[in-house]
Amino acid sequence: MGRYVIRRLLQMIPVFIGTTFLIFFMVYSLGDPVAAFFAGKAPNPAVAAQIRHQLWLDRPLWAQYLHYMAGVFRGDFGTSFNGTPVSTLMANAFPITIRLAIIAFLFEMIFGIGLGVASGLRRGKLTDTLVLLFTLVVISIPVFVIGYLAQYFLGVKWGVISPSVSFGAPWNELIVPGIVLGSTSLAYVARLTRTTVAENSRADFVRTAVAKGLPRRRVISNHLLRNSLIPVVTFLGTDLGALMGGALVTERIFNIQGVGYNLYQGIVTQNTPTVVGFVTVLVIIYLVANLLVDLLYAVLDPRIRYV
Amino acid sequence: MSDPLLPRPDQPDRPAGTEKSSVFPSADSGMGGLETHDMIVGEDLRETEPMASASIEVIDREKPRSLWQDAWRDLRRNWIFWVSAAIIALLLVMTVWPSLFTSLDPLSCDLSKSQAGAESGHPFGFDTQGCDVYARTVYGTRNSIIVGVFTTLGVTVLGVVLGGLAGFYGGWWDSVLSRITDIFFGIPLLLGAIVFLSSVTSGGVWVVVGFLSLFGWPQVARIARGSVITAKQQDYVTAARALGAGSKRIMVRHILPNAAAPIIVVATILLGTFISLEATLSFLGVGLRPPAVSWGIDISAAVQGFRNAPHMLFYPAGALSITVLAFIMLGDAVREALDPKLR
Repeated sequence: MGRYVIRRLLQMIPVFIGTTFLIFFMVYSLGDPVAAFFAGKAPNPAVAAQIRHQLWLDRPLWAQYLHYMAGVFRGDFGTSFNGTPVSTLMANAFPITIRLAIIAFLFEMIFGIGLGVASGLRRGKLTDTLVLLFTLVVISIPVFVIGYLAQYFLGVKWGVISPSVSFGAPWNELIVPGIVLGSTSLAYVARLTRTTVAENSRADFVRTAVAKGLPRRRVISNHLLRNSLIPVVTFLGTDLGALMGGALVTERIFNIQGVGYNLYQGIVTQNTPTVVGFVTVLVIIYLVANLLVDLLYAVLDPRIRYV
Repeated sequence: MSDPLLPRPDQPDRPAGTEKSSVFPSADSGMGGLETHDMIVGEDLRETEPMASASIEVIDREKPRSLWQDAWRDLRRNWIFWVSAAIIALLLVMTVWPSLFTSLDPLSCDLSKSQAGAESGHPFGFDTQGCDVYARTVYGTRNSIIVGVFTTLGVTVLGVVLGGLAGFYGGWWDSVLSRITDIFFGIPLLLGAIVFLSSVTSGGVWVVVGFLSLFGWPQVARIARGSVITAKQQDYVTAARALGAGSKRIMVRHILPNAAAPIIVVATILLGTFISLEATLSFLGVGLRPPAVSWGIDISAAVQGFRNAPHMLFYPAGALSITVLAFIMLGDAVREALDPKLR
């Protein structure tokens, strides 16, 4: 196990460098940050050159990248073009988005696994068909449509929630946005759980557990569920990536000033340091989450042995 | 396993008189490079094979069916398949000949009709610019389908080639290709697409297709790699190699058909998600841009005034959802037909 962890960590190094460089390359080589600085007006060449020099833009891309990465490891993500350090922006934005993501994650895990188990145990029955239909519909409606529908009906028409989240984003106002954000993943979790539960409920170990007279609850919770949740856990790791993308949309709809909102503003105003900083952190979170999922495998499934 | 020095089947036979050629008096091209140990295995196979196949014919009177024939039989009985196939057929017709469904031009708009409701000849009403919502919904099909189909094609080709090579050759190839896969996998698709497409100034369909293919292939590659590794260890591959088939032939004739099922399933399901992704990108203003006609653009424009005129939002959103639903249902039906675990 220890050797496996070390190998995975070593493998992560080239992946981390490659991914961050790719982002760096996309942002810096494709757009011109200085042009964005002057909002499309022609800048004084001397001033432009001075800004380029200050931002390291006159050096080759790999040097810019190394310079930037050296800063990242000291916790310095650069300064956004309007003067705020990117790390300050992050400190304000991340708590909000983490709250949103926790709500989405809890929602999709509790309801997704619940629905999946309910339908997987009753394969072919009415419950199963209803759950399948529901998940199909949820998957096929894009998040932004669900978001606007929720905002329109719950917020505007019936007045259950306030249509946009107030500054500071308290927990109770984030519930509906969190549910919207987690809705698609909820459907995937439910379907995945259903498949594995249906498969495992015919497995020998479940039959043995039933045969030795264990109560149904115990069979389901200890024997069936624990074995069925392994693929679901993998999914939740990759799902983090989908949640990040989804947060961009959800935060825009409900006016939540979190990571997605900042990132979107950064992209629209071509605020390169903001974009690179946020995306780099998100990618690190994503990579670490997937590593943790891989390691969690061994805990959940003792049959998997790492060498 | 993959010894490039293995002789190709078209190589000349070994000179007669040696021990090896005397074991197989008939032409056994390609066996020249194998060790005697392998030869004995080959000999056994040759002698037992005709008997085995003869006995199967006696016992099993029904015509043997391949996985694909089996899957097709299952699919034909599945109503979900027929419903989704019908919807997809309709969408494809709309993609190729949108003018069959409406005589109106989606780009000729009348501002005096801004946000007006349905009226005769305009069943879905008008949007803020006074354009006919029905015409725009019909014409919007094309971009969605193009993005969906061509991105899926691109992703599948890239994923199968890179994942397949990694799985087939293993070792050094696998390490390098898997790390490259990880790098592209490390960037969440929507996030990467927004960053990339916002820095590219031209927002055509093909830019979107190209980007999504470039960053979407790792999912397919991982599955292709896995199923190629599974197929590679099967006896028929060893048999083919023992008969002297080269790497290329084994890959194309033996492994690819047997590893294709999971890849096809993923590709069909991905098709729906790519359509949804294109709409999301256009909605955010980085995918397709006006004057392109796209459901995502229409939804994004409708959002401004949909409290007064909800029809502007509901029709393009409905069309988008039905399209995605049709492809995901098709993917579901195909998976049920191809996955033996679910039988």
